[in-house]
Amino acid sequence: MTWYTMDTWIVVVGALAGIACAIPGCFLVLRQMSMMGDAISHAVLPGLALAFLITGSRASVTMFIGAALIGLLTAVFTQWISSWGKVERGASMGIVFTTLFAVGLLLIVQAAHHVELDPGCVLYGALELTPLDTVTPLFWLGLGWETPRAFVVLGIITLVNLALLLLFYKEFKISSFDPNLATTLGINAQKMHYLLMSMVAVTTVAAFEAVGSILVIALLIVPAATAYLLTDRLSTMLLLGGGFGVLAAAMGHFLAVWLPEVHGLPDVSSAGLVAVTSGIFFAAAVLLAPRYGMLGKFLNRRPLKKHKAATPLSPEKT
Amino acid sequence: MTKTNLPPAEDDPHPEHSRDAPLSIHDLTVAYHRKPVIWDIDLDLPEGKLIAVVGPNGAGKSTLLKACLDLIPRVSGDIRVYGKPYRQQRSLIGYVPQRESVDWDFPVSALEVVTMGVYGSIGWFRPVLRKHRAKAQEALEKVGIGHLAGRQISQLSGGQQQRVFLARALAQEAQLYFMDEPFAAVDAATERAIVALLRELQQQGKTCLVVHHDLATVARYFDHVILLNMRVVAAGPTAEVFHNENLQKTYGGKMPLLEEAGQALRQNLS
Ligand SMILES: Nc1ncnc2c1ncn2[C@@H]1O[C@H](COP(=O)(O)OP(=O)(O)OP(=O)(O)O)[C@@H](O)[C@H]1O
Ligand SMILES: [Mg+2]
Repeated sequence: MTWYTMDTWIVVVGALAGIACAIPGCFLVLRQMSMMGDAISHAVLPGLALAFLITGSRASVTMFIGAALIGLLTAVFTQWISSWGKVERGASMGIVFTTLFAVGLLLIVQAAHHVELDPGCVLYGALELTPLDTVTPLFWLGLGWETPRAFVVLGIITLVNLALLLLFYKEFKISSFDPNLATTLGINAQKMHYLLMSMVAVTTVAAFEAVGSILVIALLIVPAATAYLLTDRLSTMLLLGGGFGVLAAAMGHFLAVWLPEVHGLPDVSSAGLVAVTSGIFFAAAVLLAPRYGMLGKFLNRRPLKKHKAATPLSPEKT
Repeated sequence: MTKTNLPPAEDDPHPEHSRDAPLSIHDLTVAYHRKPVIWDIDLDLPEGKLIAVVGPNGAGKSTLLKACLDLIPRVSGDIRVYGKPYRQQRSLIGYVPQRESVDWDFPVSALEVVTMGVYGSIGWFRPVLRKHRAKAQEALEKVGIGHLAGRQISQLSGGQQQRVFLARALAQEAQLYFMDEPFAAVDAATERAIVALLRELQQQGKTCLVVHHDLATVARYFDHVILLNMRVVAAGPTAEVFHNENLQKTYGGKMPLLEEAGQALRQNLS
């Protein structure tokens, strides 16, 4: 098997996406709002397309801001529809993001007539190609260090998310667990909600270009859900969530390199295999998690049965 | 400004209300989706009393509490806590929500939940320190479940969960407590523990507004009672307002409840 520097870069980019996504992802899972990650990552499409159509440029910054704004609007619209329209939140999310996604696809197809803005690439991303698109991030220091653009973007987002998590850890915790109490203590749960949604939107947009919208959804939710099954502590859950994201990126790309050589499978997608790997971790946790997994539940029941069997019913009770 | 008719906070807008009652509610109306659920609420709570809020399901008891706490928007109404607008007095208020209002599968321990009670005094960007946890532990000991501090909260019984919520309110060290059905689905031992705790709070001069469902125990546990059914039917000392006529007005038309009320009264008289 041949492993190039390029492959290392791919894993690093995937791992950063994994960490960046796990942070807001854990809170989405805990707030039972996993769908929101789905909604926002679909809704950023029209943002990308609109930013392109309006400014006529594919400059990353414009596209980035456009998409992140639309992502955040999804959260705002969802909130409005569910609070004004007597529609429960899942349904109103469905209304908002399917509409925005459809508009986005239309716009992209429209835009695609003028320039290559490839819908397929939007869905599946181009993880394998990220090392080819390089920048020199330290040119202003006079350094010519050349590095993949995705690495720089995701590196920044990961740092920002980590910083926000550390700064607002107890606020995120209380407003996810008991938003009413948070609000009565002067920690505005609504504002924390929108801060989280902004993190989801920005992270999604950043990760999306590198890994595509399907892998973004997978990395937001699946490692976090896996971690949730394995621990009773929020801090551990966040660490495990990030860890599973990194592991999935490494194993996924390794499989993408290894499988074609061993089994002669033609051209498998790294992003796809990263998603599959994180799914396998989740399945393993469902089966094997010590307390919340099937095996754990089975084992927890057993001693009880033994105990019952060991104390026969006293005759006078019958 | 939408409320142009509101005079500045300095002069007393409602002279008929006592200025530093723990809670004074003036002309409160709350609506969900434009449909009013409670209206014309005018109340002054006496200081240092245990006050029950009773009324049938859907009477708007939780809504009243939430509206006072600014958790849901008000159509109209002025809420004052010890004479000042609610927002300036947050630190004086403790809240015990209905138990079903949170997700008990959340990955936190009992101690962590109780520690949340002191977040308000920790402030933004500051971490939780050992002294905060010590205070939370103390509150847990006080409600008799200090030994369960490390348990994940879904592995506690309903009564123990209720005690966690009470401990959290204790850790808040408030002056005025809002409690939404603290007695719901708890066993006799827990009920006694809660009552003892309420009494202790009262002795410290604190005021507790408690949503309560068991009419049979209202007179035994509470000094004051507010009978609520979309509007205030009656409010005052239990001995004066907790009688058959008022209960009929509050629970009117709901036969099983009316019977229960009658039973409660007979028990009281005997
Ligand atoms: N979020 C909401 N949206 C719409 N209507 C609501 C909402 N919450 C409560 N209501 C309605 O407002 C009314 C009062 O509800 P509330 O929860 O205050 O009653 P309650 O007195 O606390 O009842 P219970 O004894 O069952 O707890 C009910 O008719 C209820 O259907
Ligand atoms: Mg209620």
